[in-house]
Amino acid sequence: MTDPSEVGIVFWVLSTVILVSAVMVVSLRNIFHCAIFLILTLTGVAGIFVTLNAEFLAAAQVLIYVGAVATLMVFGIMLTSDIASRRIEMTNQKAGVAVLACMVFALGVLFLIKITTKAGAGVWQTATEPLPADNVLTIGKQLMTEFVLPFEVVSVLLLAAMIGAIVLARREAS
Amino acid sequence: MPLVLMSLELIEIFRWAYGLLAELGLPPVWVMLISYGVIGVLMFGVLALLALFLVWWERKVAGHVQQRFGPMRNGWHGWYQTIADAIKLLQKEDVDIIARDKFVFFWAPVLCFVAAFLAYICIPFGKDLIVADLNIGILYIMAVTTFTVIALLMAGWGSNNKYALFGGMRSAAQAISYEVPMVASILTVIIYAGSLSMVDIVQSQNSFFGWFICRMPFGPIAFVTYIIAATAEANRAPFDIPEAEQELVAGFNIEYSGMKFAMFFLAEFINLFTVSAIAVTLFLGGWEGPWLPSWLWFLLKTLGIVFLLMMFRWTYPRLRVDQLMEFAWKFLVPVTFANLILAATMKYLGWYW
Repeated sequence: MTDPSEVGIVFWVLSTVILVSAVMVVSLRNIFHCAIFLILTLTGVAGIFVTLNAEFLAAAQVLIYVGAVATLMVFGIMLTSDIASRRIEMTNQKAGVAVLACMVFALGVLFLIKITTKAGAGVWQTATEPLPADNVLTIGKQLMTEFVLPFEVVSVLLLAAMIGAIVLARREAS
Repeated sequence: MPLVLMSLELIEIFRWAYGLLAELGLPPVWVMLISYGVIGVLMFGVLALLALFLVWWERKVAGHVQQRFGPMRNGWHGWYQTIADAIKLLQKEDVDIIARDKFVFFWAPVLCFVAAFLAYICIPFGKDLIVADLNIGILYIMAVTTFTVIALLMAGWGSNNKYALFGGMRSAAQAISYEVPMVASILTVIIYAGSLSMVDIVQSQNSFFGWFICRMPFGPIAFVTYIIAATAEANRAPFDIPEAEQELVAGFNIEYSGMKFAMFFLAEFINLFTVSAIAVTLFLGGWEGPWLPSWLWFLLKTLGIVFLLMMFRWTYPRLRVDQLMEFAWKFLVPVTFANLILAATMKYLGWYW
């Protein structure tokens, strides 16, 4: 993926897939179809990572979001009784707040694009030299040295969530 | 004789063919597209044929384990039985049930079939005989095989049938549970190989005693736990509760017929070959071996593992759902993690190469 025109085509195709399926996620009435399109969205994001030479992130994205998060969501939908035939109503009536939230988000993204693409300014450091071929090694070392504290905090957080889920499930059973 | 055999490397044929293509003077984009297309079609053909062979072999193994012959009528020992079956399935009526969820019902077998093929991008069939040596090799394979779970869930839901739904849910629960010990066993190998690339993993076990299965004491443990988890991942007995015939009629594929059923069926056998090929690459030295060409070594070792998994299927009784989960979480997960810690400690202390 070194040829810029090639990356361009792939980028536009992937972006279209991501955006169309993201709209489908929030607009379809059948919740299972929403989940399927969510999986498609997340896979598209993994594709974007591949075009950016971040293969490890792409694989992690698919493993965690598609393999674990989305599968659990689908699992939850399947365990919910009497949801198969029901067409879900759009219960959210707060259109004004939603538009406001979207605007704030869009402005934030635009601001970020502006400050990162400013010629020569380099507010955010971007790589000037080509990425190392084996970036998995670098990521691993960084996670175990410089970013070991956030890494461990995340593990503890996940452990706490897991214990919480077990406690909730047990209380329901008794 | 050995020298003649050694020279039969398949990769030489590809190099020769690519050389011919490059000499034609086409634009590089066309050369790339044609070579990718040829490789894709070849992979599809080889894997489809392989799946048909495995179906036939499975029936023969099952027959002989149960003291009968298996298919015998079509050709020598029924060799073209599965080819005839495939042609029959192709022209069978595609029964379209009314209550199904059309979109999900249609795409589930397609996704299952495609996901089964994706892993073969970075499985080394022989020395240099690999489509793309990704530097995240084994991680990529683990990632794309998760799509199979999604496909089975889609099939279970889309059929709108309680047996199919149970089959889909069981398969998801099983796949999520057994992925943990599977990844932990694979990590044991990765610690010593120092790379996720499949080619690097094979090259790091370049003699018989360097094979990861021979590295005492963690190698054999990791191999056994991997094989157990892989049997569960491939949905085969004794872990075949997603399609337990006596409980769920046929599980997630109950409503499928004709070509759609054939896609699930072939995908299942391709997945069987995939998990065996990973086992060979990680633990049994991949294509390494004396005298014979590398691709033949890979094929022989992989078929050996396939035979082992087939013997499991026809000689062990099926587990109950709760036993299956208990076995994964209360036995396999602790064992694989203890093994992983042991391997990491030995590596850190330099007790092992």
